[in-house]
Amino acid sequence: MSELQVVPAEMERLHRFEETAGLLKWITSVDHKQIGIMYVLATLMFFLFGGVEALLMRIQLSWPGMHFLAPETYDQLFTLHGTTMIFLVVMPLLIGIGVYVVPLQIGARDMAFPRLNALSFWLFLFGGLLLYFSVFYGNSPDAGWFAYAPLTEKPYSMMEGMSFWCVGLLTAGIGTVASGINFIVTVATLRARGMSLNRLPLFTWMTLVNSFIILGALPALNASQVMLLLDRELHTRFFNPTGGGSPILWQHFFWNFGHPEVYILIIPAWGMLSEVIPVFSRKPIFGYTFVAASTVAIALLSFWVWGHHMFAVGLGHWPDIFFAATSALIAVPTGIKIFAWIGTMWGGAIRFTTSMMFAVAFLIQFTMGGVTGIMFAVVPIDWQLTDTYFVVAHLHYVLFGGTLFAVFSGLYYWFPKMSGRMLSERIGRWHFWLTVIGFNATFFVQHIVGAMGMTRRVWTYPNLPRWAVLNLISSIGAFVLGFSVLIFLWNLWVSAKRGEPAGPNPWDAWTLEWATTSPPPEYNFREIPPVHGRRPLWDLQHPESEKNPKEHG
Amino acid sequence: MHPPSVFDPHSAYAWSIYHLTVVVTILMGVVVLIVTGLVTYVCIRFRERKHPGPRLSYGNRKVEILYTALPLMLLASIFGLMIRNMDASDPIQRTRDNIVVVGHQFWWEIRYPGTGIVTANEVHIPAGKPQMFGMEAADVIHDFWVPQLGRKMDMVPGYHRDVWLAANEPGIYLGRCSEYCGKEHAWMRIRVFAQTPANFAQWEADQEKIPPIPTTGDAADGARYFTTMTCANCHTIRGTSAQGEIGPDLTHLASRTTLAAGRLPNDPADLANWIKDPTKYKPGCFMPDLGLTDEQVRDLVAYLETLR
Ligand code: HEC
Ligand SMILES: [Cu+2]
Repeated sequence: MSELQVVPAEMERLHRFEETAGLLKWITSVDHKQIGIMYVLATLMFFLFGGVEALLMRIQLSWPGMHFLAPETYDQLFTLHGTTMIFLVVMPLLIGIGVYVVPLQIGARDMAFPRLNALSFWLFLFGGLLLYFSVFYGNSPDAGWFAYAPLTEKPYSMMEGMSFWCVGLLTAGIGTVASGINFIVTVATLRARGMSLNRLPLFTWMTLVNSFIILGALPALNASQVMLLLDRELHTRFFNPTGGGSPILWQHFFWNFGHPEVYILIIPAWGMLSEVIPVFSRKPIFGYTFVAASTVAIALLSFWVWGHHMFAVGLGHWPDIFFAATSALIAVPTGIKIFAWIGTMWGGAIRFTTSMMFAVAFLIQFTMGGVTGIMFAVVPIDWQLTDTYFVVAHLHYVLFGGTLFAVFSGLYYWFPKMSGRMLSERIGRWHFWLTVIGFNATFFVQHIVGAMGMTRRVWTYPNLPRWAVLNLISSIGAFVLGFSVLIFLWNLWVSAKRGEPAGPNPWDAWTLEWATTSPPPEYNFREIPPVHGRRPLWDLQHPESEKNPKEHG
Repeated sequence: MHPPSVFDPHSAYAWSIYHLTVVVTILMGVVVLIVTGLVTYVCIRFRERKHPGPRLSYGNRKVEILYTALPLMLLASIFGLMIRNMDASDPIQRTRDNIVVVGHQFWWEIRYPGTGIVTANEVHIPAGKPQMFGMEAADVIHDFWVPQLGRKMDMVPGYHRDVWLAANEPGIYLGRCSEYCGKEHAWMRIRVFAQTPANFAQWEADQEKIPPIPTTGDAADGARYFTTMTCANCHTIRGTSAQGEIGPDLTHLASRTTLAAGRLPNDPADLANWIKDPTKYKPGCFMPDLGLTDEQVRDLVAYLETLR
């Protein structure tokens, strides 16, 4: 027990959060905790941009024949929205939380390469700002986040928007690859004594697996962005059919990145749930090995499914069948996780904190996004529904109802560690319920309107039976959702200032990040508890579990 | 008029996809219900208040294998259904194209290789007879989607694709471009007119005729304007010197029901509005505002209205 009070009081005073809060300290920081927090703050800023873009689009779509936005504005908005949310919000947010949490979870002093870590962050931030600079430059990218050639080639996109898209994401992408390397080396070399790979906390495990996917996938994107940039600026012909290039080649390259990317956007979120659900169910994860191994299976399979984004291209039945098979297979390890989390809750003593509520909502909403994903793996269904609002609904159920719900869960869980103060549970309830209502109102109806024939990326649509009212519901839902985000920001703000002090381990959790003060001192740990199993702090409280081989992994 | 719904199939192909969609949707609905049911049960039964003492358990190999194997079996059976369904939804044997559709930024060129008919934006087919559609693109990627009649198919520049579509009964089927193709993508809509074989034959006969060039009245002036002004650079009217290929073929413009891929109804007033300022209605389209006088517009409309 005594080892829990690892930090003497005077050391604690020396390293108060406030003392390191000067702006210059932040900008020059190579401390993973400060960099992690800067990631979170920067992504929140981009999240606001992306959210406002979404709301503007929803106003335009709230009724057929609206003239709120000009078509070219609408096109820029949906491109910026998709690009922002994927590249400047979800991916860096997951990386940022990883940068904060992973070294703590493995009992390390910092990331393996602290300066590289800072470089990754600044590349991401300035890559994002470069993309947004296009707005002031007079023309933002307008060809959708997957930038299909030849629409993105110079003859069809004369303005510089798409070049900004290439260069901005290229910059951020280099940072992402560096983060991937950094995570891998950190986990490989800096684990506390006794923490073998099969005792890794699952969030760290999934971040590790994710880093390998990043290393495999991001270069495919960045290389094709270079090619597109060459096509645009130096008149090469990679994707331009008039000079012997192929637009389909772009699609292969892009989705060869794009589908692994989908998993990059979800795997760390699964890791968060695999921390939150056991702690609030007061039970270890159900089937650690299956959860860990299924993540590896997904990582391997994720590089073999890209063609399911291209069923409508008409590659032929055999390629379609191949990609349908791999896509169906990848659903199995995903299902394993859902059931493992339910199994964890089974027989537990569940505490419904806001964090846990987001985790529970994730289980249902992510399943809904998952089953529509399976529908898209069924080739003939995809032949009808791809590029309709059914896809828009599907991807938001996965990325918002899935990833972002898990991130909310994770932030409610780790905010006390990061700030030393608890987020308000009372505001948290409001945030939770408004998010659930707003989210489902916005996106559920989009399944229906998509199957009724509404395609995505249209700034206006015909007044066919029921289309108007369904779109109106979706738009109202979007504003409820927007409001819930404001409540969340409010919660962050007031709780950071006046929240209840958290203490080192407010949730009575088991992994190493809770074995130090909140926020941790610059050097993280004064003393690291011995690691004999997957739940070191539990072992400290239950010396008898020493004899339980299952606890050891 | 049939709205472009997946749930309103009107051909064997669309029916086949529709059946599969319904079966899979039901199965997936059951999966969602099971998960939701389990989650709800667990949340109620194992709340801390109801169930304060957690059971210590690390997993259960049998259960783990079960929840790996059952989804695998479900997916394998869906996969089996899919394989059986694919050829019915999109038969792979090909014949000569009955119709070739070429996607342009932001309109459809429609050619009938058998008869040489060329038209735009409105496809006529004989009801009850499967049609082999060839799909091509002139500039960027488009996608031809009329869900009541069958699958969608991307139109990729540099590639030719074939797809079977059909309509069982006569009627008007609405569809649209389903791959984002630029500023006026939203106004790139399709109408398919399925006609009884007799009516279709009549339509073909009408389209094959070359309309006479009017010699008197406003229409004669209009005909002159058309060939002497820039219109002829972009548009073709068979039987005249206008042989442009940038815009839609106007040989039988007056026989169509809409203008500019569904943007306006085809009546004299809207036609005049369109010719006067196309970019007012389709700001991103590639027909410029030519600064015509009202009189020129009136004459041009009078001429174009003779192109039945
Ligand atoms: C620079 C090329 C260009 C010129 C010049 C031009 N057009 Fe067009 N026109 C187009 C294009 C492209 C479209 C298709 C617009 C769309 O739907 O996006 C079109 C569409 C039309 C249509 C609608 C066709 C349909 O089937 O819906 C009419 C009618 C028309 N033009 C008449 C004229 C007349 C009359 C003139 C001369 C005064 C003219 N155009 C000059 C390019 C041109
Ligand atoms: Cu198009």
